[in-house]
Amino acid sequence: MSKEKKQHHEQLVRISKRDQMVFWKSWLVRLAAIVLALILCAFVIVLITGYNPLEVYSSMWSGTFGSARKVWLTLQKTAMLLCISLAVTPAYKMRFWNIGAEGQVLIGCLATAACMIYFGESMPPALLFPVMFLASVAAGAIWAMIPAVFRAKWGTNETLFTLMMNYVAMQLVSYFITFWENPAGSNSVGIINSMSKGGWLPELFGQKYLLNILIVAVLTVLMFIYLKYSKQGYELTVVGESENTARYIGINIKKVIIRTLLISGAICGIAGFMLVAGTDHTISTNTVGGMGFTAIMVSWLAKFNPIVMTLASFLLTFLSRGAGEIATALRLNQSVSDILTGIILFFIIGCEFFINYKVTFHFRARSHKKEVRE
Amino acid sequence: MAEKPVAIELKNITKHFGSVVANHQVCLKVHEGEILSILGENGSGKTTLMNMIAGIYYPDEGQIFVKGEEVSIRSPKDAFDLKIGMIHQHFKPVDVLSAAENIVLGLKEKGRYDLGRVTEEVRRISAKYNFEIDPTKKVYEMSVSEKQTIEIIKVLYRGAEVLILDEPTAVLTPQETQKLFAILRNMRDDGKAIIIITHKLNEVLSLADRVAVLRKGEYVDTIETAGANEAILAEMMVGKKVALNIARSEPKNTQDRLTVHSINCINREGVKVLNDISFTARAGEILGIAGIAGSGQRELLETIAGLQYINSGEIVYHDPKTGKDEDLCHKTPMQIRELGVRLSFVPEDRLGMGLVGNMDIVDNMMLRSYQKGHSMFLKRKDPRTLAQSIIEQLEVVTPSAATPVRRLSGGNVQKVLVGREIAASPTVIMAAYPARGLDINSSYTIYNLLSQQKENGVAVIFVGEDLDVLIELCDRILVLNSGRITGIVDARHVTKEEIGLLMTKTEESAANE
Amino acid sequence: MIDIIATFVKQAIIQGVPLLYGSTGEIITEKSGNLNLGIPGIMYIGGISSVIGAYFYESSGVELNPVLCVLIPLFCAFFGSMLMALIYSFLTITLRANQNVTGLALTTFGVGVGNFFGGSLSSLFGEGGSISLIRTGECFKATLPFADKLGLFGKTFLSFGFLAYLSIIIALVASWVLNHTRVGLNLRAVGENPATADAAGINVTRYKYLATCIGGGIAGLGGLYFIMDYIGGAWTNGGFGDRGWLAIALVIFALWKPKHSILGSILFGGLYIVYLYIPGLSRSSQEIFKMLPYVVTIVVLVIMSIRKRHENQPPASLGLSYFREER
Repeated sequence: MSKEKKQHHEQLVRISKRDQMVFWKSWLVRLAAIVLALILCAFVIVLITGYNPLEVYSSMWSGTFGSARKVWLTLQKTAMLLCISLAVTPAYKMRFWNIGAEGQVLIGCLATAACMIYFGESMPPALLFPVMFLASVAAGAIWAMIPAVFRAKWGTNETLFTLMMNYVAMQLVSYFITFWENPAGSNSVGIINSMSKGGWLPELFGQKYLLNILIVAVLTVLMFIYLKYSKQGYELTVVGESENTARYIGINIKKVIIRTLLISGAICGIAGFMLVAGTDHTISTNTVGGMGFTAIMVSWLAKFNPIVMTLASFLLTFLSRGAGEIATALRLNQSVSDILTGIILFFIIGCEFFINYKVTFHFRARSHKKEVRE
Repeated sequence: MAEKPVAIELKNITKHFGSVVANHQVCLKVHEGEILSILGENGSGKTTLMNMIAGIYYPDEGQIFVKGEEVSIRSPKDAFDLKIGMIHQHFKPVDVLSAAENIVLGLKEKGRYDLGRVTEEVRRISAKYNFEIDPTKKVYEMSVSEKQTIEIIKVLYRGAEVLILDEPTAVLTPQETQKLFAILRNMRDDGKAIIIITHKLNEVLSLADRVAVLRKGEYVDTIETAGANEAILAEMMVGKKVALNIARSEPKNTQDRLTVHSINCINREGVKVLNDISFTARAGEILGIAGIAGSGQRELLETIAGLQYINSGEIVYHDPKTGKDEDLCHKTPMQIRELGVRLSFVPEDRLGMGLVGNMDIVDNMMLRSYQKGHSMFLKRKDPRTLAQSIIEQLEVVTPSAATPVRRLSGGNVQKVLVGREIAASPTVIMAAYPARGLDINSSYTIYNLLSQQKENGVAVIFVGEDLDVLIELCDRILVLNSGRITGIVDARHVTKEEIGLLMTKTEESAANE
Repeated sequence: MIDIIATFVKQAIIQGVPLLYGSTGEIITEKSGNLNLGIPGIMYIGGISSVIGAYFYESSGVELNPVLCVLIPLFCAFFGSMLMALIYSFLTITLRANQNVTGLALTTFGVGVGNFFGGSLSSLFGEGGSISLIRTGECFKATLPFADKLGLFGKTFLSFGFLAYLSIIIALVASWVLNHTRVGLNLRAVGENPATADAAGINVTRYKYLATCIGGGIAGLGGLYFIMDYIGGAWTNGGFGDRGWLAIALVIFALWKPKHSILGSILFGGLYIVYLYIPGLSRSSQEIFKMLPYVVTIVVLVIMSIRKRHENQPPASLGLSYFREER
């Protein structure tokens, strides 16, 4: 009787924390997850369209890299996503769940657009660009600092606070659009300074996007160095790992939280500056287009490593651009890219479990124990 | 007296955790209508043993009988079904729920859920045993003693006939303790079997009918309290002195380094954790701090290190270089360091406070020193050299200096931490339980390091739990008891029993002497 | 004047219904300690599932039965959303993934699925063109036949489709279950302190799964209401807008109490449309009014954290995954 009961209680599956997986092994697991996800996506594609998934994937490839223009566009999109990912990373490393990047970038866009509209045709470029840049950096930084101050002082839940700030920013943009709309009644701003090109970032070597890409490349290196080699990066890591240790060595935790979010928001501001001055030359509530949220996933998937983030943001950009391309080719709707991105994200998110935990099955141990008892 | 029926009997219970033997061949009996006390030092396996009755752990060997029948207790639910209930030491009721809601939490009763009926039932139980509790009060408004009452009623509500209490008086004031004891006596008279884990001798004598003593996981004996006194119990608990052969030198050139003057400290729950503490730590000497866990050791060290708020009192540092006195009260660790006070601290919680588990050894070396210099960037060169030298000198077993410390074994983690703290060439070093969980060799490495520091003229403060070690390693021993100093003794001329008594006697028994 | 106010209240309630569904679902989810930021995606899925169900029923050629016209989309919406919540539960509870990241991915996915099928359902399976499910929409919009005859009161409060009333009933039931049943008590304990709940013999995993899935299902009904009743059976891409996030804001505004969110939803709904009813208001001020729900929510969040009243805090373990420490 008691023996039956014992068997009943014996766990079949046991989950325990892994020490640390070997570097290459963990990447193998992630790769396997992506491959599995692509296979599942292929099924979905067949189910929906009936096309050969290999053809679909190859048209995704040519859609992303098919021409020089397409390559540049892909690089530009990757750079923007990467830039926002870099921005959220210090906060995340500190375990500050800032999901307000969307709003922080947008408010940066707003500041840039305002400068372009009000000073774009009156200020000399040598003054205009610094003003635009500083305005957007300040705007992003302030937008991020508000929740940080409340979190540092009163422990206000930063996830919910930053989330709400996104929509405040969007409504603020909508508000200004009504003043700036062009032509009247269109409810959109239109291309700002389309004739004078005042406040437009210059083209480098005839490439519209090159400057943006270079700025982000520099930022990536700087962020890598900041996190790994600077004292501030070290401090925020300690705060994120253990507030108790931070206290023990005398770090001023509140100061670190606010400072880190200022940096985070400032980079978001830079992203906003580039989006408006460098590429779009206009502003709408959709200028950031959800990249603020995607960036969170990029940063998290890359384990907060800026170099790996380059790959992750490239992967996600490739997916959405490629899927957009097949949507056009097959006359489907653009949203198919979101579906594929979603599926792949689920797999990558899920596979982390197998990197961090060990799952063992206990059939053998059970029969062994029984023998011992008898 | 007629033998009462046996409620629970343990036969030859053995439990291992890895290579550590927590309980070895323990036999125990508790009768209905009896209070049995389990007595033993920290780490003697009392809680583990009781957890096996309560279904938290499952014994490796041995049998458990309830009312004469052999049983298998696999989960707390099994224990409840056998009418056994345990009140754990670190209970955590759900804050936002009321007392009554906490009591019925998780219970699968038949019939409609009726909080009114539960409240009535709780009131009935309270009246029967004299509990003072408002069932509708929310837990976050309650004192620790009220929260404990919830836990006891929770167990009674589930119909427990056997109650196990793990150090219930640790969190209570003397008045609350007296109240609790009266209630426990009521329950005994009601025919319940009660097991109470404690290491306070006078409580054992005033409350229990019989007392079972454990030492280092082994069962010593069970005796009637009627024929016992504190000296007998203390000796049973601490055992005969064991020779350890720790090299101890005579203190040389001692001079006062740190003077603590009547510190008082009240924690968030409003309990006075440090009560009028005064002592002096001298350079060239190891000052041991003995006491039952939670007597204020952690708070004392953290106040000195600038991590705790002090309600009143003074901490004065005598700077050997300038000869000046520095006041350390109400200063942050950073400010203390800026004063030029070289204070090292090996906290009890190694990976949660002293080190960052996910960082590698080199980065952990920098924790104390990274701010040096005006550069914006970290200098990893010195920490790297330091890491290498610690790995070599202290024989830290690690794949490399770039290994996260989380992956090292306990002893190696401690070597890294102690090594770093010593490398700062301190004038005062405080170490809390530095040998806890370490094997013999690593323990001796740590002891020798501390002795060396003493010979180098450092004032060493050592918080320990093993009395044999304290007596052999330290020069003086300060004994803490519920946040008070009950004695500062010369380690060379003290016996374990004397320290044991200082650690365990309470105010009333102290007053009687 | 009174007529204008009555119309305003009615419109506010209409705008509030999807928010109420969303927030009730999210409250149930959050009470188990899961912060599901996938709610906006789930509400899209609720909408599109109902569209798909209704589309196939309407185009199947059989004679349409009004009861089935309602039940088929209703079940499709509920189970479609539940399936989404199940993905979230599996990833965060079983695989212990980060809740924020999983939720955001779920939203990406859900919005994508919604807009994809909404836009291309008819070109995939039918003759193309935009979908219009007027018959189904009519069934959902059906009101009490005598509502209009009851004067102002009837017009203002009795002239909604049944889903509006259902949203209030569900909120009230959820409130009752949370506060007056054993299941609710256990669920609250799981969200507050899973370790204690576990020690008390509550199956934490099961509670988290069930709360998240049922919560997701309920939230999905918000999408159903929007498509079938408010729009009247048509899909416009992105038409649902940011109502999902507004529903999450409402959870905070209502201090995690479904009862409060009934009034809160009407208030939020009112702020959404109030510019139409205040004469002389420019379009720019209308945007400021739309901002108000979020600003108010932030203010509530801040006041809550400063005052630290225990009853008004988020569930203590919100956002954290739980697993038993093993020795």
